[in-house]
Amino acid sequence: MTQSTEPILQLRGVDKSFGAVQVLHEVDLSIYPGQVTALVGDNGAGKSTLVKCVAGIYSIDAGDYLFEGKPVQVSNPRDAAALGIEIVYQDLALCDNLDIVQNMFLGREPKSGIVLDEGQMEIKARDTLASLSVRTVSSVRQLVASLSGGQRQTVAIAKSVLWNSKVVMLDEPTAALGVAQTRQVLDLVRRLADNGLGVLLISHNMNDVKEVSDRITALYLGRVAADIPAADVTTGQIVELITSGRSGEHGLAPAIAQESA
Amino acid sequence: MTPPQDGPDPKVAEADRELAAVDGGVIAPVADVEARAAFAGDAAGPVSLGQYWNQYRNKLRAGDVGSLPALLGLLVLIIVFTIAAPSTFLTTFNLANLLTQAGSICVLAMGIGFVLLLGHIDLSAGVIGGVGAGVMAELMLKQGLTWYVAVLIALLVGVAMGIFTGVMVSAVGIPSFVVTLAAFLAYQGILLWIIGTGGTVPITSDVIFAVSNGNMPVTLGWIVVILSIAAYAALNLLVYQRRRTHNLVTPPLVVITLRIVVIAVVLLGATFLLSQNRAKGNIVLEGIPWIAPLVGVLLVIWTFVQNRTAFGRHVYAVGGNAEAARRAGIRVGYITIACFVISSAMAVISGIVAASRLNSVTPDAGAGNTLLYAVAAAVIGGTSLFGGKGKARDAIIGGLVIAVIDNGLGLLGLQAYIKYIVTGLVLLLAASVDAISRRKRASAGG
Repeated sequence: MTQSTEPILQLRGVDKSFGAVQVLHEVDLSIYPGQVTALVGDNGAGKSTLVKCVAGIYSIDAGDYLFEGKPVQVSNPRDAAALGIEIVYQDLALCDNLDIVQNMFLGREPKSGIVLDEGQMEIKARDTLASLSVRTVSSVRQLVASLSGGQRQTVAIAKSVLWNSKVVMLDEPTAALGVAQTRQVLDLVRRLADNGLGVLLISHNMNDVKEVSDRITALYLGRVAADIPAADVTTGQIVELITSGRSGEHGLAPAIAQESA
Repeated sequence: MTPPQDGPDPKVAEADRELAAVDGGVIAPVADVEARAAFAGDAAGPVSLGQYWNQYRNKLRAGDVGSLPALLGLLVLIIVFTIAAPSTFLTTFNLANLLTQAGSICVLAMGIGFVLLLGHIDLSAGVIGGVGAGVMAELMLKQGLTWYVAVLIALLVGVAMGIFTGVMVSAVGIPSFVVTLAAFLAYQGILLWIIGTGGTVPITSDVIFAVSNGNMPVTLGWIVVILSIAAYAALNLLVYQRRRTHNLVTPPLVVITLRIVVIAVVLLGATFLLSQNRAKGNIVLEGIPWIAPLVGVLLVIWTFVQNRTAFGRHVYAVGGNAEAARRAGIRVGYITIACFVISSAMAVISGIVAASRLNSVTPDAGAGNTLLYAVAAAVIGGTSLFGGKGKARDAIIGGLVIAVIDNGLGLLGLQAYIKYIVTGLVLLLAASVDAISRRKRASAGG
């Protein structure tokens, strides 16, 4: 697919501790424009912590944070948003009592004077949904309460690309969805990358990961066990990387894997 | 690896349609796969009258009834009382009386509406109104201040009380029920302290007295009403025109025109009736009571804030899903404080209106049923106690319902206990409508 260029977002040697517990050990993470990078790992491997570090919710203890090749300071979520990093949370951050347009622009409403610019919002929301080939909602003025799970996830993702964002991180976007709706959301994730964004997909579902991602970063007890093209590994190997930190020639050196365990 | 998809996958669309159908069947627009392509609901621009009616019916079926039950209830009550008390209820004298009775409830309910929108409650609002009125009356009586200075200071006292409640709720994290219950008790003490035991403070300003007891000159009343209708019509048609040119969703012109006509007829009819001489003796008593334009102005202001400003949007967002609002960068604490400030400031205005009606401030002003009537008014009008749903106009409709019950049962000469029981039952009915429609909405959503 897309040739790997410079990573748009890169973490190098990131450590993160909570008190005496070191959760991340010298983690390297690269997100490339136009590619879907899957972040996999067992519960407690440090996926959420890593994402929160990228998002600026947690500060990193050591290591470099590079955005478009330049070192940057990201100490709170607003810094991340200013760089163009958006996160789609697992428990959809949408308001049921507002419609699609209102949700997509929530907190960043365009105004003319003190009055909300509803027209601009509506047009832009429709354009964004259309650019993602989202055609499953009949009206952008539908209340979010009336949408299905897949449609809600779609709105949440569309919201994240509305702001000319460059990196979108999705935390388990298909966890609560049925088969057809998962399909719909995965297609959308793929389309984000095809539109040139750097996408980080966190998922427990190996089928999803294999299907949609270009690269896979496997975390094992706070260390990066592997960072490999998705085409080079089988589903079985990914599972091995997740559960034991190594698989064949991939993964952590046996000594480190042992020591971490 | 999946090849990038250029259009919707027919298989997905098919499967999703089945899912949508399984979802409960209430979300009618989604069920039609043809209509969904490229936001068919939007692209057509203005919908036809039939479509609009269908959409509205679907909205009602999905539990989004708004203030429709309250409007119907109001109509029923008016008919019942007109039949039961034909010689007294539907007279111009009583009509003016009714507006004055509803005035302070409506104002208080409009303010509390903001707190209810967040899913909080403000039990102290009534008493805050009493304190505000007490401060104003004392300043005018003892310090000899002009009425507007006294009113301004009273408003500032209200704002300070609102900030206090808001900070306690948002920063300290005490449930609003407890904070405002404590304030309800404590502020009664403050009012008693301001007024002094046993006494009442008279209202010494003619202007304040006129708020609830004065009437607009007939000519001025007509001019104001006609200008208001013209402004309302112009604004609506302008918005319609602008949305049409941008090809945005808009209700059909017939509906907009109908809305304008209904409002114009109601306003003109009321103005005509209120412009008659309604005095029974020799003096002349005519014109719209001043309370009506006062409530009208407040209604316009708060409707504008709720529907057209970012602040209003954020209030709804916090009430709908506070966590989502926080993640969207909305400062939830600030919104909470602001809503309690609005509630308290409106409470002071309401307290002044009530004091004007009594022509004095008593030590128990704002205590008793005042607050409960206002909450009841907001809920009866269609504001949800669960937060996130409600409009400023709900307070007006609900306030009128309460005032009509109060007034009508009084005219029938029934005992006071019946009034309380009936009001209680109506509130229970309204709260049931709210709870049931909420459940329906929950099952309608995915």
